[in-house]
Amino acid sequence: MLITCPYCGPRDVSEFTYQGDGNRERPAPASQNLDAWNEYVYDRLNPAGDHNEVWQHSGGCRSHLKVVRNTLTHEISSVVFARGHVPHRSPTKRGSKA
Amino acid sequence: MAERLSPLEPVLRPGSHGQFEDGVGVVLSEVAPGSIVQLAAWPGQEKAVIAAIKKVTGLALPDGGVANGQKAAFGFAPAKFMVMDEAESLSEALTKAVSPETGTVTDLSHGRTAIRISGPKAGWVLAKFFAIDFSLVAFPIGAGRSTVHHDIFAQIQRSAVDQFDVYVFRSFARSFWHALCRASEEVGYEVR
Repeated sequence: MLITCPYCGPRDVSEFTYQGDGNRERPAPASQNLDAWNEYVYDRLNPAGDHNEVWQHSGGCRSHLKVVRNTLTHEISSVVFARGHVPHRSPTKRGSKA
Repeated sequence: MAERLSPLEPVLRPGSHGQFEDGVGVVLSEVAPGSIVQLAAWPGQEKAVIAAIKKVTGLALPDGGVANGQKAAFGFAPAKFMVMDEAESLSEALTKAVSPETGTVTDLSHGRTAIRISGPKAGWVLAKFFAIDFSLVAFPIGAGRSTVHHDIFAQIQRSAVDQFDVYVFRSFARSFWHALCRASEEVGYEVR
């Protein structure tokens, strides 16, 4: 599997570290909304198809990247810098396709 | 400045090694530049840092990197640059030229070891370590690449058609040197 880093170009997946689901939204640090924390920590969409993910090019330029990967084919349809990343999924869209 | 000891000193054996009967495929050497400095620009300040590098070293950084023998510079990550100089005073000069509002200057002269691999088989040998494209089209002269060989992080600059300078953490340098010598045996190598 190759991920095309926007800075370094195509690199082997072994240079990258998976940083988790790119759909979840972290509650404010002081939030006591247990449902929001539960959703953030545990709930995943687990789609069969395109999935928003956060990766880091840890064995290269060390940029954090926002990646759309197809969980069925491993096809990567989009890689952009994660700076300013906003999770796609809002709490009201639970269960919707990523 | 404190006297610098090379981590390669106990293992660097000048001379020809491996299968060099049909010619030497690669030449390995330690570059030991006086200064290795890393610069990072705050968001939006990249051009200001590039201008500061040009002001201090005379090196323009339009296309990723440049190397002229005495000095070298290349980008290795977004808004981050490595700058090398044979002289030892580069870090002080860059610290004066880059304000804290523009970016950061980190002196890595004692933290990195620069290994030069040159010769007709240089790219071929390095391709055994790093899964990047070493062709001249994909990796032009002066350009830099950040990559990794297992856990050994490396910044590589192509300083000539058949010459690469590999910057590795000082603590990994001896291990990497051993591996590089082993990988070079089959093409014949000379240590200078």
